[in-house]
Amino acid sequence: MITIIRKELADYFTSIRCLILFVLVLLASAAGLYAAYQGIRGADISTGFVFIKLFTASGESIPSLVTFISIFVPIIGIALGFDAINREYSTGTMSRILSQPIYRDSVINGKFLAGIITLAIMMATTLLVVSGYGLRMIGVPPSAEEIIRLFIYFVSIVIFGAFWMGLAILFSVIIKNLAVSLLASIAVWLFFGFFYTMLIVPAVAKTVETYLMLVRLSPNTLFDEATMAMLLPQSRGLGLFASGDVSYMLPNPLPLGQSLLLVWPQLTTMIGLAAVCFAVSYIVFMRQEIRAT
Amino acid sequence: MEKNIVLETRELTKRYDGNTVVDHLNLQVAEKEVFGLLGPNGAGKTTTILMLLGLTEPASGSAQVFGFDSTREPLKVKRLTGYLPERLGFYDGLTARENLRFIAWLNNMSGGEANQQIDQVLEAVGLTKVADTAVGKFSRGMKQRLGIADVLVKKPRLAILDEPTAGLDPEGINQILDLIVSLPKMDTTVVMCSHRLYEVQRICHSIAILARGKLVVEGALDTLGREALAGGRYRIEVETAEASPQLVEIIGRIKGVNKVEAEGNFLHITTDSDLRAAISKAVVDNGVALIQMKVHEFSLDDIYKRYFQEEGELKQ
Repeated sequence: MITIIRKELADYFTSIRCLILFVLVLLASAAGLYAAYQGIRGADISTGFVFIKLFTASGESIPSLVTFISIFVPIIGIALGFDAINREYSTGTMSRILSQPIYRDSVINGKFLAGIITLAIMMATTLLVVSGYGLRMIGVPPSAEEIIRLFIYFVSIVIFGAFWMGLAILFSVIIKNLAVSLLASIAVWLFFGFFYTMLIVPAVAKTVETYLMLVRLSPNTLFDEATMAMLLPQSRGLGLFASGDVSYMLPNPLPLGQSLLLVWPQLTTMIGLAAVCFAVSYIVFMRQEIRAT
Repeated sequence: MEKNIVLETRELTKRYDGNTVVDHLNLQVAEKEVFGLLGPNGAGKTTTILMLLGLTEPASGSAQVFGFDSTREPLKVKRLTGYLPERLGFYDGLTARENLRFIAWLNNMSGGEANQQIDQVLEAVGLTKVADTAVGKFSRGMKQRLGIADVLVKKPRLAILDEPTAGLDPEGINQILDLIVSLPKMDTTVVMCSHRLYEVQRICHSIAILARGKLVVEGALDTLGREALAGGRYRIEVETAEASPQLVEIIGRIKGVNKVEAEGNFLHITTDSDLRAAISKAVVDNGVALIQMKVHEFSLDDIYKRYFQEEGELKQ
């Protein structure tokens, strides 16, 4: 399996696809940095967390870095996974690999792991680049708690990306045609990214409870909530509050442990969703027959 | 001489959506021979191969390679077996050498051993000059050669080649056929599928013909034609200076001769065994000059046609 991971990684890093993604991600982080440059002066830093404001401060017209990331991570996940299996079939390399003395599951495991490693390297680069330039810009070093919060944010990015990659791999196992499997993944992304939370759920939900329940079926919502709790320590809870309640809230940040407790359900649900996607594609792949055609 | 059987199928059967693609197939391939698997398209050759490698599960029956059951111990089978698929593909972005190295790694070869082996097989298939060119730029024939290299790089004890000469030019075909013929000397048994009968006739020791998943005929090539077409008899052609009726009669009296037909100066003789010595003696003793004499060889073409003629008649 190590051999397959190694080859997949070599493939990813030499591919033009990956280069394009890297450029996109770097552009996004540059934009995010610029947004922080514009927005951080006016930001509320009474909480004492200055450094992580870099990631959440938005500029006059430019959204914050976390917004960019929540849009880009699904795209990266899909781009890394949409042709993982069906390309091997369509180029005829699958029967060649499977006739080597390896277990069949090491092919799909290796591809999934290599994808996650690529994704992790990309996002770690982004966060580190932004942190480095941000540090030069604002001159306030991160506290230990901020570093931990950023790290947990990084972990949730990887889990979120793993979900989308798992979904894309699932489509690449089920759908033989490369273009169709890409379209299917993008369709799901568009559905959750725009239609679901903006149109469908508000139309269906009658109460706040059902609204929250439905909205949290979307991995995008889960990720946004996790981001909020980790990078905006003053968030007391996730979801909607009655305006009466808000006036009683103290404007002080939650300790790390409490923030973690807040996002624990979101994180585990995302892990679960990613695991389900991968497990289904694993099973389907293992049962697929190599046919003579 | 008792030969070791390296590959054996017993009542091997496969069904796809109710169609029986391979039907109770019994095959045996002896060690260090070149075995030809023939049959029209859709006869079940590739499916049989996939079952031998454990890539597809049989509906019933079993396949054994080197004594390992293909369905239960596919890894052990695949460690000893190299497979050249009919529709072969490589990673276009990688060079020939990198493609082979990946396969060598998957076979747990160490770096140094792999490099040495890769150089050797690239040399053998004549791709040394383009070893570091991306495979995407290869022609069909070059890819086919790389496919053969790909099979050999793992030093298989059994090589299963599906259409090994597809897409090659005549010179390339000869080169690859020579390579295949040399494999048994290096302890590798070869099973090959091909539609080019003259190739099979040239290099195979034994053949099996499949049609609609069933075994039509199996056997060593040199005896198969005689058995199939002449009821196990020899046909001897004799050209003499003058074929007199008297001579025909004399030859007809030789023990073992079944039939003598004269056609101009040619005599067509059907015999039970190779009686060339006796016949030539009879001709010369009668004072007739013997110009030439040969045992009629049955080409694979004849054998193949004969079986598929029957098949065609059955269909009608």
